[in-house]
Amino acid sequence: MTGVQAAEPDAAEGRDEQEGVSLRFAPLPEHVRTARLVAVALARRAGVEDGLLDEVRLAVGEACSRAVGLHRSAARGEPVLVRFAPPGDRFRVEVADLVTGGPVPKPDDGEGEGGLFEASGVDADMGLAVLRGLVDDLEVETVPAGGVIRMGWPVQHPDYS
Amino acid sequence: MDLYLSTRHEGDRTIIEVGGEIDVYTAPKLREQLVDLVNQGRYHLVVDMEAVDFLDSTGLGVLVGGLKRVRAHDGSLRLVCTQERILKIFRITGLTKVFPIHQSVEEAVSATD
Repeated sequence: MTGVQAAEPDAAEGRDEQEGVSLRFAPLPEHVRTARLVAVALARRAGVEDGLLDEVRLAVGEACSRAVGLHRSAARGEPVLVRFAPPGDRFRVEVADLVTGGPVPKPDDGEGEGGLFEASGVDADMGLAVLRGLVDDLEVETVPAGGVIRMGWPVQHPDYS
Repeated sequence: MDLYLSTRHEGDRTIIEVGGEIDVYTAPKLREQLVDLVNQGRYHLVVDMEAVDFLDSTGLGVLVGGLKRVRAHDGSLRLVCTQERILKIFRITGLTKVFPIHQSVEEAVSATD
């Protein structure tokens, strides 16, 4: 797979897949920009205030970049999946990777001069550091099939149709 | 939006004007530029980010890599940035303590510390 496609509805996924938006793309860096554009368009439509759209753009981009990096290292042929939940009280996004033991937070992640970057250079954990500093509603979960990053933002008028 | 790079020299300083988006797709282009400059013996770099529309952690990584390279030659890498949304990313990651960040190219070029 080398392109981007809307994901097929999956009955097992329930309402999110039926009424939300899913994006499935090959783990190529150029597709991350597409995911960012989709995220901002959907966030705007969902009622996320303008002042938070940059945050949505950066956060979804970081999560997707991280997933792309993981897939390129261990699951090059497998797509990255981004799910945007249907309209609700918050704008919710999930970015899933299929790399087992994926986004495991490391205990020494954190801020501080040089601490993140001096030991082994810059890696995907900087993306996680940015996410943690940026997004208040953030959940990083490791699941048997990989990892999921869940993010949410408040909406001003959760009634788009 | 793609990444745009323009380079000019002022004495021993090299100013790299960067515009557009620095992300996982475009960051290699910036990395290549910084590596080329260091290989040419340009060890005092000023990266003008005023026209940058987007910066993510991949871009930060390239800048940190550039800083390491010039420091290996007792050089410097200074940033010019006044955009709050870009500065926020440097603050989140603690990199405001690592990079000298200036208000203008003139200020960065004339800085000596």
